[in-house]
Amino acid sequence: MKTPHRDEVGIGQELPPLRLPPVTRTTLALFAGASGDHNPIHIDSDFAKSAGMPDVFAHGMLSMAYLGRFLTQWAPQTQLRRFSVRFAAITPVGARLTCTGKVTELTEGDGEALARLEIGVIDDAGEVKLVGEALVALA
Amino acid sequence: MIDTKHIGLELPAATFEVEKGRLRFFAEATGETRPEYLDERAARAAGYRSLPAPPTFLMAADLDAGTTTMLLDTLGVPIERILHGEQSFTYHAPVCAGDVLSVEARISDIYSKKGGALEFVVKDSLIKDAQGQTVLEVRSVLVVRNPKEKAA
Repeated sequence: MKTPHRDEVGIGQELPPLRLPPVTRTTLALFAGASGDHNPIHIDSDFAKSAGMPDVFAHGMLSMAYLGRFLTQWAPQTQLRRFSVRFAAITPVGARLTCTGKVTELTEGDGEALARLEIGVIDDAGEVKLVGEALVALA
Repeated sequence: MIDTKHIGLELPAATFEVEKGRLRFFAEATGETRPEYLDERAARAAGYRSLPAPPTFLMAADLDAGTTTMLLDTLGVPIERILHGEQSFTYHAPVCAGDVLSVEARISDIYSKKGGALEFVVKDSLIKDAQGQTVLEVRSVLVVRNPKEKAA
């Protein structure tokens, strides 16, 4: 994959969105094992209900992992310098998520040209699940 | 309320080996299908030493070390009350399958909002390679939801 070049990246430029299949219980079970996050609130409906939740819900880190895929389809992973998010809302089973992002600043750091990206994950009702920021080194 | 005396608490250091099988499992769980994340030859062709660890994968280094569970026990917080508030990663060097990493985590802040209804625990981890160079900085902010009667 080619690293985006500073001359080809402009402020306001949108990254190609990444649309995900609906979140299933299977996804959550697999993600619990793969990620090492075994909190039963994401995989055990009985536990979730006893904790006052209507049902299990997705790990915030699942959405952040999707954002990682989204960022690394725009630029190779080796160009990623910083990646941060705030979790804004719970993602229930069945949610259809989309990762979006745009360039908000072109800057420099440690002698590199950097693009600052505003990134987010929304569901198909437009509710924001995650908002964040990434710094990507440009060619 | 969580006792702020725990600010600065260092959690026991741990090691984490980046395994190919775990990386493929993580790829499957996150719907990743690009060959450089699954196939060693494709990873090398893309310039990696072996399969690369995806941007958020190394949360597993913290989680496998059990430091989050330990932290909750130390602070006296039941797991069903926590939500993940914020997460950030600062990257210093690529991490690939075969790497053996060390994890050093500490509680760097504890604060409350909404009169104690919500408490925040900030954990900072440094992940270092076998040469002792920091490859990744990880910051996690956990939110603790307190029942009303406990709120100040």
